[in-house]
Amino acid sequence: MQLQCPMPKLDFDVITLGHGSGGSLTNKLLDSGVFDLLSNDVLDKRHDGAFLELNGKMAFSTDSFLVSPIFFPGGNIGELAVNGTVNDIAMCGAIPKYLSLSFILEEGLKMTEFWEILVAIKQACEKANVKVVTGDTKVVEKGKGDKVFINTSGIGAIHPNANISKENIKIGDKIIVSGNIATHGMAIMSVREGLEFDSTIESDTTNLNHTIIHLIEKFGKDVHLLTDPTRGGVATVLKEIALSTNIGIDIFQKDLPIDDHVASACELLGLDPLYVANEGLFIAFVDASIEDDFLQTLQKDENGKNAKVIGTVVEAHPKQVILESAIGGKRVVSMLPGEQLPRIC
Amino acid sequence: MKYLSEYRDPELAKQYLEEIKKTVTQPWSIMEVCGGQTHSLVKNGIIDMLPKEVTMIHGPGCPVCVTPLNLIDKAIHLALNENVILCSFGDMLRVPGSKINLLEAKAKGGDIRILYSPLEAVKIAEDNPDKEVVFFAVGFETTAPANALSVIHAHRKGLKNYAILASHVLVPPAIKAVIDDEESKIDGFLAAGHVCTIMGNSEYHPLSEHYKVPIVVTGFEPLDVLQGILMVIRQLEANKAKVENQYSRIVREEGNTEAQKMIFKVFEIKNQMWRGIGEIPESGYAVRKEYAAFDANKKFSITIEEAPEHPDCISGQIMKGIKKPFECAQFGKKCKPSFPLGAPMVSSEGACAAYYHFSGLIEA
Repeated sequence: MQLQCPMPKLDFDVITLGHGSGGSLTNKLLDSGVFDLLSNDVLDKRHDGAFLELNGKMAFSTDSFLVSPIFFPGGNIGELAVNGTVNDIAMCGAIPKYLSLSFILEEGLKMTEFWEILVAIKQACEKANVKVVTGDTKVVEKGKGDKVFINTSGIGAIHPNANISKENIKIGDKIIVSGNIATHGMAIMSVREGLEFDSTIESDTTNLNHTIIHLIEKFGKDVHLLTDPTRGGVATVLKEIALSTNIGIDIFQKDLPIDDHVASACELLGLDPLYVANEGLFIAFVDASIEDDFLQTLQKDENGKNAKVIGTVVEAHPKQVILESAIGGKRVVSMLPGEQLPRIC
Repeated sequence: MKYLSEYRDPELAKQYLEEIKKTVTQPWSIMEVCGGQTHSLVKNGIIDMLPKEVTMIHGPGCPVCVTPLNLIDKAIHLALNENVILCSFGDMLRVPGSKINLLEAKAKGGDIRILYSPLEAVKIAEDNPDKEVVFFAVGFETTAPANALSVIHAHRKGLKNYAILASHVLVPPAIKAVIDDEESKIDGFLAAGHVCTIMGNSEYHPLSEHYKVPIVVTGFEPLDVLQGILMVIRQLEANKAKVENQYSRIVREEGNTEAQKMIFKVFEIKNQMWRGIGEIPESGYAVRKEYAAFDANKKFSITIEEAPEHPDCISGQIMKGIKKPFECAQFGKKCKPSFPLGAPMVSSEGACAAYYHFSGLIEA
């Protein structure tokens, strides 16, 4: 990775408070290669804000990223910050175009680490075909941050075929998940201090916009809702939808796609994979008439190889999500009160 | 998933359920002692699949739930000391103390680390020689060997800054206390498989003989639980009372003798307070005198005033199986997992929280 974008020679090797002052050290940091790395026609104007040409309906989203550790199996906070906002825009049925990028850095952050994050941002932007057009850098005293916090906001043009809304969900809709669940959360958990375990689990963070737009182009308004089950996992997202739209949802445990290693890690820590965070994953509510075609199309995409139909929208039990367990019993799926904590035994 | 999916087979589950239906001729109340089994029952929807004659009663077996209020207050007090790093299993953090819980103590600046193994805490003590590291050593007999091992390791390494705040609870005395309670009407027990993996089955024979009650050592997967229930019912219907081992793929009659040696090197048996239930004789472990330097109770002179439990919480009756969670007037009203009045609503293995999450009695 660094071979393609080697870090320029600098006369500082850690971030200091001055790098966020707005003065000469800030300029030195930005001119050290940051602007060159993220260069594009809009950013290169280096004005107070970005000049953009936009037409038609737009989607706009923002997200802040604080992940510990900042480097984890399968990625780092940089690509997470790009993919997270890109995917939120894609879930609106839009084509993401421009991002803002704000850093809150902790004094003492190694420049090599910052550079690795920047390179990941550049590569994620290229892959998703988006441009960073404006940004900001602030530095907080040591101990007042956790190395790096990133905020990205993004804007994108809504695809003319798209009509994504909770209101479009109807009885009989099929619920499709695009891949294995709980992967990102368990990748982070495997390297978190105090809980480390040996595993080959890697985060599934990736941009989903090309996958989504292909599906929207093909299936248009038959795609009723798209959502990415990041924090809170699949269970929380489904419960939120059931509550806000007054529908019932049935899901089947035997149909939930999950990698064996991830399932084992969840068992070990006593976590329910339905509540574990995902990154490069989305849930689609689609018209029952396109179920097979949609699934086959998605499974041909590199981001949808493990896609599965996991449930159905039903008239019975409005506002409730009911899971049929592997052995055929039924239970209600509810929201978690706060973070899921590893169990004692 | 190898070694797990086999115990979640829907066809075999159906066969066990059929067999239970065929065998049962009259109402029976069966207590699963361990919270892990309660969790499995509700998570897999087993309770509603059982014939109406079979009533499952959820026992006191959530060590998180029965940890005395006073000890949680002590842990919080220690955590708020800036010289202390308090290490704990994750599910202790939300258990309500008399004023705040450990999560709130963390928010107030307490250095609290969630760990999966007490040996990690020993490493933290090594890495932070200028801090006192305390591991909140909670659990049944199951977690006792690892907690004991952490003390042995710290002793060997000559660490002076490591101690455990122990709150171990033992299963056989709890079963005895439940049977002895005049109000309880339990016909048979599922004993906790993981506890017997360590301790073996020998302590259960005299209980079963004396009280004429079937005890089946049972695992935690849905098929384990169903088979355990079937084994208890078969005994009851045949008017038998003995100890049987459903979890024979893991539990040996004598248990894990090496682990037992480790436990008794560090701990000795003492009377133990169970939150919501009261004191049960010889139902807990105290750190032996030889290792007093590693006993946080002795190392730090903390006097915490005894605080009363919330007056509306009936956790004692819940944990003795006298009442079901939904028979409590505050269940799902004043008392929710996000605002628990008592401990069984906190850990996902507590009977009240398990009912709240999975039974669909309450709208989220």
